[in-house]
Amino acid sequence: MPSAEPSTELNADRLRRAAFKERLALFGLCSPALMLVTVIVVVPAAWLFWLSFVGQAGVLSLENYQRMLDNSAYATIFWLTVKVAFLTTAVCVLAGYPLAYFLSQIPAKVANVCMIAVLVPFWTSLLVRTYAWLILLQRHGLVNDLGMGLGLWHEPLTLVNNLGGTLVGMSHIMLPFLVLPVYGAMKAIDRDYPRAAAGLGASPVDVFLKVFFPLSLPGLFAGMLIVFIMCLGFYVTPAILGGGKIILVSMGIATNIQLFVNWGAASALGVVLFGLTLLILFGASFVMRVDQMFDRGHAQ
Amino acid sequence: MKAWLDAPASDTQITHKQRLWLYLLAALVMLFLIAPTLIVIPMSFSGSRFLEFPPRTWSLTWYRHYFDSPEWMQATLVSLKAAFLTMLLATVTGGMAAYGLARSKVRMARWIYLMLISPMIIPVILLAVGAFYVYVKLRLLNTLAGLVLAHSVLAIPLVLIVVGAGLKSFDASQEMAARSLGATRLEAFLMVTLPQIRFSVLTAALLSFLASFDEVVMALFISGGDNATLTRNMFDALRDQIDPTIASISTIMICISSGLMALAQVLRKRRAD
Repeated sequence: MPSAEPSTELNADRLRRAAFKERLALFGLCSPALMLVTVIVVVPAAWLFWLSFVGQAGVLSLENYQRMLDNSAYATIFWLTVKVAFLTTAVCVLAGYPLAYFLSQIPAKVANVCMIAVLVPFWTSLLVRTYAWLILLQRHGLVNDLGMGLGLWHEPLTLVNNLGGTLVGMSHIMLPFLVLPVYGAMKAIDRDYPRAAAGLGASPVDVFLKVFFPLSLPGLFAGMLIVFIMCLGFYVTPAILGGGKIILVSMGIATNIQLFVNWGAASALGVVLFGLTLLILFGASFVMRVDQMFDRGHAQ
Repeated sequence: MKAWLDAPASDTQITHKQRLWLYLLAALVMLFLIAPTLIVIPMSFSGSRFLEFPPRTWSLTWYRHYFDSPEWMQATLVSLKAAFLTMLLATVTGGMAAYGLARSKVRMARWIYLMLISPMIIPVILLAVGAFYVYVKLRLLNTLAGLVLAHSVLAIPLVLIVVGAGLKSFDASQEMAARSLGATRLEAFLMVTLPQIRFSVLTAALLSFLASFDEVVMALFISGGDNATLTRNMFDALRDQIDPTIASISTIMICISSGLMALAQVLRKRRAD
C-alpha cells in the first residue's frame, strides 16, 4: 500500500501540530500570572538595577557602589544585618531543633495538640506578634515585673529598642519556619535505621549522633536557609523593636527612598542585598533542592 | 511514674529520666512561642491606659475606641476589600498557572515556575520599592487596584505551591478518560479535576486572603490616604506610642487568623482523606 505512508505521515504531523497547539494553550494559562509578576516584579527590578549605575549627575557611574565602599556607615549596616541574621538563625536552631525532636517523639495525637503552639504564631500577623513583644519587654512590662518580682534584678532593665529585644522578636517570628521543616524531616526517618544501629551495638547516644541526626540534616539545612534569608531582608520587626538603634539593610533602603528620595543609593543597596541572597541560595543549591525548599513550610 | 521515668523512651534510646531536660526545654520553647500572642488578649480588655498584666480593671474602652473611630473603620474596610479581591485574583491566576505548568510539558515550565515563586525569595522590601516605583509611573499609588495587584503577586507563590501539590496527587488519566468520552478540556477540568482538588484550592484561597490581610511592608510603600490598610495604620501608631487600641485590634486579628487556621486544618484533613 504505497498510498498509506503519506497519509500516516500526514496524520502524525497533524497530531503533532495538535499536541503543540494544546501545549501552547496550556502554557497560555500561565500568562495572567506571568504578566502580573512581570509588571510588578521583573520590570521594576530591571529598572532599579539600571538606576543603581546612574549617579546624581544623571550619567552612568559607579558612584552608588563607590559610596558604599567609602562610607563606613554602609559597612556597619551590612555587618549588623549579617550578624542579626546569623544570631537569629542560631537561636532558632538551638530552640527549634529540640522542640522538633520532642514533637517527633511523642504520640501523634499529643503532637497534634502541641503543634498548635507552632501553628498559631505561624498564622498570626507578624505585626501583632511584634506588638506583643513591645508591650512585654517595655520598662514596666510583664518581663521586667516578673524579673523584679522574683528578685532576679532590682531596676527595670532596658529590654527593647536594642539588639537583644530585636533578636528575641525576630527569633519568635522565625522559629516556626525552622521547626516545621525539621519536624517533617524527622517524621520521615525510617525507625528501622536506629533499630539496626542499636542491634549492631551502638549506644543510644551513638544512635542519635551517627544515625538520627545526620538523617535529619536536610530538614535542618532547609529551615536554617529559610530563616537566614528571610532575616536578611526583614523590615517590620527590627524597625519596631530596634527603636531606630538597629539599622539593617532593609531600613537603609527605606530611608533612602522615603527620606532622601535617592533612588540610586537605595537601588545599589537593594542590588547588593539581592546578590547576597542569590549567592547564599546558589551555594545551598549544591547540597539541596532549593526550588522545593519553600514548599515545606506551607505544606503544613 | 517511676517505672515510666526509668523505662527507655524506646528500645534504642535513653530513659525518660535521662532526658527530662528535653521535655522541660520543649515546654519552655512552646511557652515562648504561644504566650506572647495570647497575653495580648486579656490586656486588650484592660481599663487602664497602661498595658498591664493581669489588668486591674476590666473594660471594653479600647474596643469602643476602635469601633468608634472612622479612620480605623475605613482602614479595616480597605484591608478586608483588598484581602477579598486578592484572594479571588491570586487563586484564579495562580490556579490557572499551576494547572498549566502541571499539564504542559514545556521545557520552560521550570523557569516559569521559578519566576512565579520569586516573590517569595526576593526580600519584600525590594518588591515594595519596585512596586512603588512602577506605581508612580502608572498612577496606581494609594489605589485599591494597585494594592490588590501587588498583594496578588505575593500570594501567587502560595497558590502555586498548594494547588500544585494537590494536582500532583491527582491522577491525570481521569481527565483523559473524561475527554475521550467527549468532554472538552474545560468540562473535564470543571467536572472531574476541580471537585477532587477543591480542598487544595480552598486552602490556597485562605492563605491568599491572610497573606494580603496581614501584609505590612508593601502597604507601607504603596497604600495611603483613603486607601491606607489596617496594618499600615497600626505600624504608624506603633512607632509613635503604645496605643492600647492596638491591643484590641490585635485581638480581633488573632481571632480572624486562628479561625482561618482551624478551617485550613479541617481542609487539610479532608485533603489527606
